[in-house]
Amino acid sequence: MTDQPKQIVANPSQEALEALARFGDAVQLDERTNFDGLVVDRDQLTDVAQAVRDELGYDYLASATAVDYLDWGDHLEMVYHCYRTTGGDPLVLKSRTPRDVSTLPSVVSVWPGADFQEREAYDLFGIHFTGHPNLKRILMWEGFEGHPMRKDWKETYYEDEHKPFGTRWPEGNVTRAEEHTPFGRNVRYPEGFTLAQAYDVSEEDHYEGLNLGVHIEGGMHTDRLVVNLGPHHPSTHGVFRMVCTLNGETVETLEPVMGYLHRNHEKIGERNTWPMNMPFTDRLDYISSMGNNHGYALAVENLMAKNSIKGFTQPSERAEILRVMMVELTRLISHTWSIGFLLNDLGAFFTPALYAIWERELILDFFEATAGSRMMCNYMRFGGVSKDIPTRLRSQVNLENDIVRDYDTMQFLKQLIYERLPRFLDEFNRLLTQNEIVVTRTQGVGILPADKAIGYSVAGPILRGSGVPYDIRRAQPYSLYPELDFDIPVGRNGDVYDRYLVRLEESRQSLRILQQIYPRLVDTAGMSVFGLDAYNPRMGEGGDSYGRVENPKGELGYYIIGRPGKEFDQNPWRYHVRSPSFINLTALEEMSKGHKVADLVVILGSIDIVLGEVDR
Amino acid sequence: MTTPYDPFDLRELHDPDIPLPEGFEANFAATSLSRVYNWARSRSTWPVLFGLACCAIEMIAAAGSRYDISRFGMEVMRATPRQADLLILSGTVTKKMVVPIVRIWNQMPEPKYAIAMGACASGGGPFKEGYNVVSGIDKYIPVDVYVPGCPPTPQALLHGFLMLHKKMEGQRIGQRNSMPWYSRGPADEVPIPVLGPDIIDPRQAEILRQQAEAAARVAE
Repeated sequence: MTDQPKQIVANPSQEALEALARFGDAVQLDERTNFDGLVVDRDQLTDVAQAVRDELGYDYLASATAVDYLDWGDHLEMVYHCYRTTGGDPLVLKSRTPRDVSTLPSVVSVWPGADFQEREAYDLFGIHFTGHPNLKRILMWEGFEGHPMRKDWKETYYEDEHKPFGTRWPEGNVTRAEEHTPFGRNVRYPEGFTLAQAYDVSEEDHYEGLNLGVHIEGGMHTDRLVVNLGPHHPSTHGVFRMVCTLNGETVETLEPVMGYLHRNHEKIGERNTWPMNMPFTDRLDYISSMGNNHGYALAVENLMAKNSIKGFTQPSERAEILRVMMVELTRLISHTWSIGFLLNDLGAFFTPALYAIWERELILDFFEATAGSRMMCNYMRFGGVSKDIPTRLRSQVNLENDIVRDYDTMQFLKQLIYERLPRFLDEFNRLLTQNEIVVTRTQGVGILPADKAIGYSVAGPILRGSGVPYDIRRAQPYSLYPELDFDIPVGRNGDVYDRYLVRLEESRQSLRILQQIYPRLVDTAGMSVFGLDAYNPRMGEGGDSYGRVENPKGELGYYIIGRPGKEFDQNPWRYHVRSPSFINLTALEEMSKGHKVADLVVILGSIDIVLGEVDR
Repeated sequence: MTTPYDPFDLRELHDPDIPLPEGFEANFAATSLSRVYNWARSRSTWPVLFGLACCAIEMIAAAGSRYDISRFGMEVMRATPRQADLLILSGTVTKKMVVPIVRIWNQMPEPKYAIAMGACASGGGPFKEGYNVVSGIDKYIPVDVYVPGCPPTPQALLHGFLMLHKKMEGQRIGQRNSMPWYSRGPADEVPIPVLGPDIIDPRQAEILRQQAEAAARVAE
């Protein structure tokens, strides 16, 4: 282990430059300090994308997002992170468009996985994508005024461009935000607006083009039926909505409708200082908060390394061990929870989930004692973690009289990792894997072939369930993973059953990692875990950075940009979350078509979405 | 001595203001209809099976075997609001989501209660400044119990349930002014918000009109 900060290489390779040389001036290097990638002329974007995919083999579009460079070039930029599913470093493409009339060609024809991401950029930044098959708002509703992620769009409770707000620090004058608006609420209307002008158009576009009221060919006189599943529905996947047309009981079309939990992570994140975003990442995929922390820490640490922040070193060995341990425990929670609730969706209401919840409680006890909170751990820091593990494990809220939860931490962990969790996974396996109902309800349901899985940019257990051995812990290793011994389970058929098997086997592999981590945790006792000097970094030179981790749901990426200059160095100029749940949903329609309504819920359960991450 | 949770102990039902002859306490209860009625409904409060965000996970954990809300007669979570007494708002309320929430609330039969679970549902929480976030669900529907925390632990939620039971037990059938559902006539529905250029609460039409007039005066 070296103390020198590591950098993620994202510069285009010589091979890529040579292959793209025929485009001449249309493809140029991004020359700004600390920025990576190629700037592509927007007229040639689809051709370049085609060449990048077919000739260079970058078949996997991990992330596509927009950036607003107001007063810093005055253009909008789309950033595409392309990877090879065989592993390795990314190729970053950027394409620019003016802010007033902003259009870009859509790359959906090259990478279908760009579908929702381009819709998001249209919704939040107002970029029009020519050639996009279904360009409409995705997170906000149709009829909402403005494109909120633009830098000149200010929210109702706007106080200042950046935190810490001048009123709050150092004087500490805090007022209620409601008092500054005549409505006493977080609302704002165009000038002269009255209730008479209010007309709700948010629902209309969902029902367009569904061919309703058309007689269906065939024996009986039938009609198509539209069924809205959600946003309030009994399957436990949050406020997600599907507008389906049914022919009898068979799903003909399906449109996911989201945004019911869009709570503006990115807008808030761009006002926040760098470390302030750490607790917000907890609330993305709220079942695996430690993994979210890790991704953000990696992204910021990479930018810190680019900026040569004084006093910043790579996390100590113990810090890395703690990180990996927490992340793998989180993966266990997430996968067992997901399997438990998949059974819920199959109709075995709550009993299998109770098994999963009970094991989760034990891990949460450990999290609570270490980080101070059960779910929202806010544990990692840039260059380390916030606390070492305590010597005794007991509930922080009930330090006295709590004999039930007062253990020696290491003994508790040892028992958990070597006995309790393996036994639990065996039991889960015995109860479910050969279970006749599970097998008949899940085999052959929701099939996603490997080529389509890559095309739709799905990630995590769904991609691996389709037979693509792509796991970022191996494809672009980070943290301690190169030193650890574990396998990447893959499925063969890409159906719900394979995804279930992949999740179960991944939980086993997590245990294997934990069993390798535990002795090292014992050995490194007493080593510092902090990166104190670098807790609140100031990125004077700016730059961009994409940090990604293999989260239980798939690839979780953070794309961050720091703007050079003293005024901007405390805050991210752009903070984007590439959320696996959101992009995995792109494939939902493909998987569900032709299946019965009851299977639809199972397929959704097998994607394992968390709405905090889908809508952000 | 019997424990206070013995279901057959009549002392729980007995009105302490009414004296009973000595030796009769365990066998007789002199009480009011309100007391019996509240005793029954506070021990069988059925929540809507409805999760919003992170807090929903802790709500599910509270339903799990460690915390076990069935001890309070609450394990029957109904997926339809028409069969439920309690709406637990477990998470961030967004402008897009407040429309279905108000609909769900209007569909619930009276008497009905709402718990704002966590910082977001109580007042916007960490996401308050966000452009799509409602600063607390009490701007739209009446909330009975606020449970602080981000997210509240299951213990905190259980404490919220106990507080709700206490509130229920303090209500009387005759209180027509403070308990609207004991008076005659149809229930007061909360008007459904409209998704225009921003979320519009029809109850704020008057303020909207004043604002429009003020803007027109400035324009002149």
